[in-house]
Amino acid sequence: MNQDLYQFALRLADTSLTMGQRLAEWCGHGPYLEEDVALTNVSLDLIGHAQMFYQLACDNSETSTSPDDLAFLRDVPEYRNPLITELPRGDFAYTTLKQYFIDVYHLHLYQQLSVSSDEQLAALAQKALMEVKYHLSRSEAWCQRLSLSTEEAHEKMQKALDDLWFYTPELFETDESMQRLMTASVIPDMGAIQTVWQQQTEQLLEDCQLAKPENGWMATGGLVGEHTEHLGYMLADMQFLQRAYPGCEW
Amino acid sequence: MVMSGLTARQVLAWLQAVKDPEIPVISIQDLGVLQAVEITNEQIVVKIIPTYSGCPAMYVIQDEIRQTLAEHGQHEVDIQLLNTPAWNTDMITARGRAAMKLYGIAPPISASDQVIQCPQCGSEKTTCISQFGSTACKALYRCESCLEPFDYFKCHA
Ligand SMILES: [Zn+2]
Repeated sequence: MNQDLYQFALRLADTSLTMGQRLAEWCGHGPYLEEDVALTNVSLDLIGHAQMFYQLACDNSETSTSPDDLAFLRDVPEYRNPLITELPRGDFAYTTLKQYFIDVYHLHLYQQLSVSSDEQLAALAQKALMEVKYHLSRSEAWCQRLSLSTEEAHEKMQKALDDLWFYTPELFETDESMQRLMTASVIPDMGAIQTVWQQQTEQLLEDCQLAKPENGWMATGGLVGEHTEHLGYMLADMQFLQRAYPGCEW
Repeated sequence: MVMSGLTARQVLAWLQAVKDPEIPVISIQDLGVLQAVEITNEQIVVKIIPTYSGCPAMYVIQDEIRQTLAEHGQHEVDIQLLNTPAWNTDMITARGRAAMKLYGIAPPISASDQVIQCPQCGSEKTTCISQFGSTACKALYRCESCLEPFDYFKCHA
């Protein structure tokens, strides 16, 4: 069970860390000052969530490790985030829609995890949930604001949707390890999370007058460490200091 | 060894000197971060909870707790960062809220239907400029009466 929880904690932490890292790239590039600050604030929260879940992984690890080691010393095949969170940040519409999809995912996932049979996981999920609700109110408002404004903004949102939609089913994938946790009520039924996620996001897409793409190719691979080439570049950037100066602190 | 006769009450009084590094007029006790102090034979146990998950102030707060206790000759200190209870703005004391307002930051409202008052002139005609502000815990507002922008300490519950 510990090994399963270790793997799941990594899934949560890697997802939040890659999201946070991509958002941090917006620092100094936001559409205006307040929004620049908002993007980096959300980034900071997500990196905070990553740190909490890496600690959970450490507490369930068979070998001695630290949150920093897990973030900075693992390579691409060991990362367990879904592919959507490692995609390049794209334009503001792309970042906004991706953020919305992940916020809704986190909302329902953390709501269920906050009643997990594992007390530590439940407490961390409850803490993260409070912050995710705030993120969602922002990303949802921006989706509407962009989609229902100028033709150009609407077009960019539609383009983002056409690309991102096929990465979303992977969020709800499970493997044998997660299924054991589901049976033990440590984590919720991911299929049920997917159902509520779809209801909520499809309603927003309709409100935003965005057309859901026809089903087709679906992304997969994060759970088994098969990633896009983008994750390698991200880790090279993020891990450089620890790789070049092992154990460096400041 | 902790000096004999030392009480948790005394340690709490010393720790009043430890302020939130981002709002240096409010103590960590009034902020709700400092949850408990326990004295064992070997050490002083200080239990704290984080505000926002990624808040960098938590590191500074731990350093300052150590430093403050060291100034009183206490070096055997164990700081425990707890996962529960989850911090929320209802934990901020009335004294903390008053200090915040004097400092120019509108304190968090408890129910969503209340209005946010301008900390400068008390006007209730205020507008949200950004849901996010200079730090994780704040949002940016503007007063429509005196026209001053101000920080609002976000309601977090
Ligand atoms: Zn005013």
